Amino acid sequence: MTVADPAPLAITSGKDPRFAPSLYAHVGQDRSWTLDYFRGHGGYQGLRRAFAMGPDAVIDEVKKSGLRGRGGAGFPTGLKWSFMPLNDGKPHFIICNADESEPGSFKDRYLLSEDPHQLIEGMLIGGYAMRASVGYVYIRGEYVHAAERMWAAIEEARAAGLLGQNILGSGFDFQLYVHRGAGAYICGEETALMNSLEGLRANPRLKPPFPAAAGLYGLPTTINNVETFCAATQILKYGADWHAGMGTEKSKGMKLFQISGPVARPGVYELPLGTTFRELIYDWAGGPLEPIKAIIPGGSSCPMLRWDEATLDTPMDYEAIAAAGSMLGTGGVTLVPQADCIVDVTWNLVRFYAHESCGKCTPCREGISGWMVNMYAKLVRGRGVPGDVELILDMSENIGGRSFCALADACLGPVLSSIKLFREEYDVLAQTGQPMHPPRRRWKEA
Amino acid sequence: MNYFADKQLLVADIFSRYPDSPQGRRSALMPLLREVQDAEGFVSEARMAEIAALCGTTATEVRSVMSFYSTYHTLPTGRYHLQVCSTLMCSLAGSDELWDHLVSALDVQPGDVSADGRFSVQKVECLGSCGTAPVVQINDEGYYENVTRSKCDRLIAAMRADIPPLPDNPVPVTVREDGRQMTATGERVGASIHDRGPLPMPTRPGGEA
Repeated sequence: MTVADPAPLAITSGKDPRFAPSLYAHVGQDRSWTLDYFRGHGGYQGLRRAFAMGPDAVIDEVKKSGLRGRGGAGFPTGLKWSFMPLNDGKPHFIICNADESEPGSFKDRYLLSEDPHQLIEGMLIGGYAMRASVGYVYIRGEYVHAAERMWAAIEEARAAGLLGQNILGSGFDFQLYVHRGAGAYICGEETALMNSLEGLRANPRLKPPFPAAAGLYGLPTTINNVETFCAATQILKYGADWHAGMGTEKSKGMKLFQISGPVARPGVYELPLGTTFRELIYDWAGGPLEPIKAIIPGGSSCPMLRWDEATLDTPMDYEAIAAAGSMLGTGGVTLVPQADCIVDVTWNLVRFYAHESCGKCTPCREGISGWMVNMYAKLVRGRGVPGDVELILDMSENIGGRSFCALADACLGPVLSSIKLFREEYDVLAQTGQPMHPPRRRWKEA
Repeated sequence: MNYFADKQLLVADIFSRYPDSPQGRRSALMPLLREVQDAEGFVSEARMAEIAALCGTTATEVRSVMSFYSTYHTLPTGRYHLQVCSTLMCSLAGSDELWDHLVSALDVQPGDVSADGRFSVQKVECLGSCGTAPVVQINDEGYYENVTRSKCDRLIAAMRADIPPLPDNPVPVTVREDGRQMTATGERVGASIHDRGPLPMPTRPGGEA
């Protein structure tokens, strides 16, 4: 049972004949994680093409494809790869950021556990282009199953001569290892991740120097998201023009969108960039199961958007969501029900950021993990007083843009957007101590 | 007795993943902690000192690194250490009630181990399985997903009998041979793509795209 569609469904990307799933095509298939399966479905063809082109042409191909980082920032991947120094005589590293921890994001887990060879191939292509000799897959500690599948795939690839010395007779040497995290959101920040890989507390590092100049162990390093490396595999396999032919003018290619919250078919859907929220939510995910008031468009740090016709018709690409006042982020869409108190919903996310603040800098440690989370706790416990919302806004003003890394700003995404969209709920709670939407049972019996 | 004394091959394998330098040795710290915790359920002070010696640092530094992350334990945990995701997407699916239910049914508080040594509980942040919320992780193993009240009760009964079910690792959405995406229950989705074309032929090595 779904809530009635507010307007006739406008199909945007759906009839786009250029698109068919590639990144996610083998996820969930029988033994899809094995080398035999992968080779039987065109695996390692992209790598052979890369070796035939040479490393500089690979970087050009990725530039031409229009691929942008799929971890959230959307930086052009080919350009990032070209920042790695040439012929500097130093060892180079590449790292795959598989520390997927942004609430609402759950795409990489399936790629890692169900199609690990797609990632190995992408890292081989990236390693070859960037003259790296060693790669690490930094997998968040909780993804045990994914790490086991990844290790097994690496062993298989090594035994088949796809990792090691003189791979496929190309003269290229490359080793790949898994490094498991241990539960810290901040490790998704690339310099914090490098500290974690070095066995240190995962505090972010000052930039510059940027990782391409001085990264892991002080050596040139490039970090990409799981989905980015996997997209590189597909680009080398099917060609830059194929990739650049999908999506919008500035947001090219396909994206793994994730949808969670009260929706009929939550999950991961591979769609071209520029698909509208409406199409994802109704056509793919089967529509919401109850009235919705807000969309978190790309993981919890992306400002909430009001649930209305304009939002539903917003194409999910880097530019269009930015124009609507939020971010594409990781593509993790979450629906926020009408019947839940927005202050309670936001408190949950503030608590998350407060827990994950690394404590390095004062605005985040005192601002987010101290004041902000306490202000929210006070409000949701009904002890708020008039003026509390102004105080939160004033604190946000002083925290925003003043922290060492982006974590504090990430927390302000849901805080500021929820106040802007649902100020009345905040004011009523602060003034009366009673939420407009009282707590309710959410747990399903069966 | 030293934990790693009779595990020289394992230690050598871990060190081989990182550069042969003091910095590289330090990188082995997290994998070594993981080894100990997988075997013993927590990392004692003696083990911290042992790992420190292997990595060329101090036990204080090891403790400092451990304290930064949420999955290392300095105290013993139960045979079944239940980690309940409490972040928004699981919360919207009822994880707060799930948590309350577990704490009262198992009669254990965070940081403690139940009297029979079986259970310990921990509230954790987003486990990255928002599409199958609510989610519980047991020990350092897989996830238990879509944990409804009845599934939760079955899980508790199975653990009490020491026959916990294997994690099922469901994949909510897959792609068919013809490129159509469908749910695990066989429901076709994206009705609008009837006339969608297939993927192009892969480009040949050396050939133009």
